[in-house]
Amino acid sequence: MAESYHLLKRADFIFRNENDWEDILTKTIKRTPQDIINELISSELKGRGGAGFPTGLKWKITAEAKSAEKYVICNADEGEPGTFKDREILSRVPYKVLTAMAVCANIIGSKKGIIYLRGEYHSLKEALEKTISEFEYYCKKIKLDFTVEVFMGSGAYICGEETALFESLEGHRGEPRNKPPYPTIKGYMDKPTVINNVETLAHTFTIFKYGAKKFYDLGVQFSRGTKLFSVSGDTPKPGIYELELGMSLQDFVNEFGDGDTKAVQVGGASGFLVPRKKFQETAIGYQGKLTGISLPTGGSMMIYNSSRSMFNVLDNYLEFFREESCGQCTPCRVGCQQLLIGIKAVKRGERPAQYLDKLLKLSETMQITAKCGLGQSVANSFASIVENFREEMIY
Amino acid sequence: MEITRDLKNHKVQLSENAIALVKKICRRFNYEEGELINILHAVQSQFGYLPAEIQELIAKELDISVAKVYGVVTFYSFFTMKPKGKYPISLCMGTACYVRGAENILNEIKRQLNIDEGETTPDGLFSLSSLRCVGACGLAPVLMVGEKVYGRVAQADVRKIISEYKAGCPTHPSKE
Repeated sequence: MAESYHLLKRADFIFRNENDWEDILTKTIKRTPQDIINELISSELKGRGGAGFPTGLKWKITAEAKSAEKYVICNADEGEPGTFKDREILSRVPYKVLTAMAVCANIIGSKKGIIYLRGEYHSLKEALEKTISEFEYYCKKIKLDFTVEVFMGSGAYICGEETALFESLEGHRGEPRNKPPYPTIKGYMDKPTVINNVETLAHTFTIFKYGAKKFYDLGVQFSRGTKLFSVSGDTPKPGIYELELGMSLQDFVNEFGDGDTKAVQVGGASGFLVPRKKFQETAIGYQGKLTGISLPTGGSMMIYNSSRSMFNVLDNYLEFFREESCGQCTPCRVGCQQLLIGIKAVKRGERPAQYLDKLLKLSETMQITAKCGLGQSVANSFASIVENFREEMIY
Repeated sequence: MEITRDLKNHKVQLSENAIALVKKICRRFNYEEGELINILHAVQSQFGYLPAEIQELIAKELDISVAKVYGVVTFYSFFTMKPKGKYPISLCMGTACYVRGAENILNEIKRQLNIDEGETTPDGLFSLSSLRCVGACGLAPVLMVGEKVYGRVAQADVRKIISEYKAGCPTHPSKE
């Protein structure tokens, strides 16, 4: 219990400039796959894109899958509103990500890596490809058969969803597939695939270099290690910060708020809005915390002060979802439209306030029945905003 | 110009050169269906947009249905079926930018240029579109002209930015 939550602690691993990636790569690939996987599992590193799947386990399952062809994919389709950490990682420490991809490839038996880079990040491509060619040159030198390709996204939020990303890589509309089968068994080109967020890969570099214990000692139970947070909105110091997991939202706001913070949106449009009265009891980490509410996050922390209308915020999120819904499944396609129309009708007085309850039910239905994470998570922001700021939706 | 537009019939005429260029790009990607997105990117970077006639041509070259090509083109916001301006202006409407007044900026641009979202000015200089979060939330609100990013834009900056581009453009009528 004692360590279930702690004060805000800064860290500096991800952006620490390590000049020894060549040594780390050479050393790490000499270890047995089992050894590396065990180390990752014991570090308790979980996916940093937001879903939080244990990274070591993902690599293990893919390593055990039988196939002559396998892939390692770095998900750099960073599209969640308010997130800009992956962009920084890829421009400042791309070799960490590449090293991690190569180690992973070596473990699972893959020769090809792909970085799916968000279309809006086109300006990063040239420098990234230059780093890749240096990296591939070194791989050749140590007789590691591994190449990396950059694939540019074309402006679709849904492609951050892993199976939609595969569809997009294969030249199709980015419409999510049914799961299972999971990517570890049937991913890109229907082959076993490890797909990790940029930040997750960068963390594995830290673990390879400093060992699992160093990583495990940071953070709290069930939420080990550090995480990058993209801080924006009403804050005097927007930017990217590496913090230990498990801090309370109150401490976060004390540090980053402007003194007039009304609410914080944790995890972007698909995340949750936390009002001021719940700052103290809310911790930032993965599920399974002992006390209070724990919110996983892809790292987007958007701070709103008292001048902001929560109706406008919700309106913006819903417009975003309506726009980005791929249209494949009905709950999401129609649900997003109806939620948006609905809150506008209530605001204009064309519908009674009780209509909001009907809309909440609709969002719940979407959570249960939508095909992928997009439609399922609309309810997160919708319910947390409507329930906590009901009066702002009506008047 | 390799594409002649007939505005009355919403038809475009592809010149021999244009057809050859599209075919060449398809060949470069080995006519592989899986390369469709890369092909569309390559073609769009040549012509600026992807009119229906070009999509039909690509479908024929790759031996896939036009619906498949059209489906992909309309799915991704980077592909456009309308020609963009010489200086495409895009405004981030991500949440961070939105709460920091992106809508006012958007309205100001609309007023200055007298066009709506998705439109191009009659002189072909500017087009306007809104984007979903460009990942520069720390600089909100963010405006982009082509690849150039303007951060912390105030309503008053809009006129200045636009006039900079007008002045820097040799083909602008006021300079002729």
